[in-house]
Amino acid sequence: MNVYVNGELREVEATSLAELVANLDLPVARIAIELNREVVRRSEWGNTSLKDEDRIEIVHFVGGGARV
Amino acid sequence: MSKAIAANVPDEKLIIGGRAFTSRLIIGTGKYRSYDEMRIAHEVSGAEMVTVAVRRVPLDRSSESFLDHLSPNLQILPNTAGCYTAEDAIRTARLAREALQTDLVKLEVIGDQTTLFPDNEQTLEAARVLVKEGFVVLPYFNDDLIMAKKLLDAGCAAIMPLAAPIGSGLGVQNPANLRIMREQLPDATLIVDAGVGTASDAAIAMELGADGVLMNTAIAEAADPGKMATAMKLAIEAGRLAYRAGRMPKRLYASASSPLAGVIK
Repeated sequence: MNVYVNGELREVEATSLAELVANLDLPVARIAIELNREVVRRSEWGNTSLKDEDRIEIVHFVGGGARV
Repeated sequence: MSKAIAANVPDEKLIIGGRAFTSRLIIGTGKYRSYDEMRIAHEVSGAEMVTVAVRRVPLDRSSESFLDHLSPNLQILPNTAGCYTAEDAIRTARLAREALQTDLVKLEVIGDQTTLFPDNEQTLEAARVLVKEGFVVLPYFNDDLIMAKKLLDAGCAAIMPLAAPIGSGLGVQNPANLRIMREQLPDATLIVDAGVGTASDAAIAMELGADGVLMNTAIAEAADPGKMATAMKLAIEAGRLAYRAGRMPKRLYASASSPLAGVIK
């Protein structure tokens, strides 16, 4: 299955958001995920299945103040 | 009570979204040369709240959590820096809330890359949506009184006009507009956001009646951020105290301090 993760088309084996995060080896603390422009609560990652062409944004926090 | 004792009456706290802060300095977390430099600057500044940006997680390399470099005592204020539309700012705010479990957001919708001036129209649109969703919205905006009123009517917890372009260090370029905003909106929480370059700028913002100042570059790009952070802390305290003291009126001509009578002839 091919999905967009942070704008990048990727072939993934994961069938749920939780699996995707695990397979990408991301630190799970203090990140947030949007699926097709809607935030998915952390508690729902496991029950949220992925389908072809889904658009997923995974964000974290970086240093920044009043400037990009 | 003597005047000397009156001068020691403690200031009221800065209240934002039901949280009380003793420090009136809010600082950014960007552009520091090292995490150590940032940590020291944060500590000596006395700031109790710092702002952080939301970005895509890099997928090609493992990344440590930036938040681990911040003192756990600091209130984290996520911002929507880098957003150019109300929609992107709203999405960013929702993601930040989900990740941090905080309802605070510094709303920033930029209108132009060269000036980084805010898009007031998009900012207001985003503010209305976010307030309805329960966010404590702190909007960065152009120093326009009418927009300030609209943002407050929309339910924003504070108004955060710029003093000069972000990262410019030009100092307070709009003292008249800030003063008008202060006088016309005496009950609003007014935080000057962006433009401060050095300590005297922060003092001026506070003397004009700001309730606080938010800054990043002035500290991070100083040759010694620790010293500048200390200077900013003192300047904000001094400016605040001067505002509370009520300055003397300005006059065009001299006014002798010594009695005129009894001068030898």
